[in-house]
Amino acid sequence: MAEFKLPANSIIKDGKTWPTPTGASRVKNFKIYRYDPDSGQNPRWDTFPIDLDDCAPMVLDALLKIKNEIDPTLTFRRSCREGICGSCAMNIGGSNTLACIKAIEDIPGDITISPLPHMEVVKDLVPDLTHFYAQYASIKPWMQTSTPAPQDRERLQSPEDRKKLDGLYECILCASCSTSCPSYWWNGDRYLGPAVLLQAYRWVIDSRDEATGERLDNLEDPFKLYRCHTIMNCTNTCPKGLNPAQAIGQLKKMMVERLY
Amino acid sequence: MSLVTPLKKARGLGSAKAGTHHFWVQRVTAIALVPLTLWVAFTVAALSDQDYATTLTYFSSPFSAAMFSLFIFTAFYHAALGLQVVIEDYVHHEGVKIGALIGMKLFLALTGATSIIAVLLAAFGS
Repeated sequence: MAEFKLPANSIIKDGKTWPTPTGASRVKNFKIYRYDPDSGQNPRWDTFPIDLDDCAPMVLDALLKIKNEIDPTLTFRRSCREGICGSCAMNIGGSNTLACIKAIEDIPGDITISPLPHMEVVKDLVPDLTHFYAQYASIKPWMQTSTPAPQDRERLQSPEDRKKLDGLYECILCASCSTSCPSYWWNGDRYLGPAVLLQAYRWVIDSRDEATGERLDNLEDPFKLYRCHTIMNCTNTCPKGLNPAQAIGQLKKMMVERLY
Repeated sequence: MSLVTPLKKARGLGSAKAGTHHFWVQRVTAIALVPLTLWVAFTVAALSDQDYATTLTYFSSPFSAAMFSLFIFTAFYHAALGLQVVIEDYVHHEGVKIGALIGMKLFLALTGATSIIAVLLAAFGS
């Protein structure tokens, strides 16, 4: 059944409020989710007042400033700082996005930052994405062919067929979409979720891949695919502006197409 | 601690190779219900100020009886498909889930059949 009573450690308490920097004229409060499962303590909201005149423009810049200058125990993932690695996906101001390409000034008032929703928390803003990555591996995200590759060149693809991958190949697997999806929250153990289904579609429509039928066979399942109820949170939240809901719609269309 | 690999958990029991029929029929019945519901609504509105005998006569037309029966069948079928999705979404205990699915389908079969037979009784005038 749906759980109506949440576990005790899901209650977030008020945490520490750090002192406001002296002489600052433009102060913004960052309310950040803190949780250390090893401590036995409940999660808490810590408030960090930041002087915007002494901070670079993106949310990730503020997080790095906090970690470097205020509280080195703040834990989060980051790498490329330019929206291509997907490491710093988190819930910022109520929606999932990448901290590195989200401008501080785009969020009015205090900024709340919490880990991607409905995932186990490893520490602070770091969610456990093990199952998400395993689901990605389960759709065999590589080219499958029976025809041997040409001796002297790569497998060719027409510009028109290459165009079909636009809007799909840009996905960086940051998990913002999947963790924004209520269906993935309730049935994420079996439902593949928007990110993995978009990737599955990317291989289904690749003109060079020869395993289209087997790929569709493996997706045809009430839970793996059909838990998508076109809620559209995935498309609304994608920090790369992609449309996973449309990719899933295309998969469902192909399922019907091969029936009749 | 579980020693099962994440990939084995993700693959689970594999694909059920089903679900497309459910998805497709849910949409087909939804579209069919648009004209059927409009027809039933207009008919019921037109019959609302008629007496019992006139209403019974109305059902003796094969077309009217067929439209009403089709409406009831399609509506109950569509409801069963929709409720199945709701139960699968929210009920996570395997036993309770199977029980709820069977119970829901039996209940809709009974109420649906009773409604259609009522239309047929009116149509055949008993």
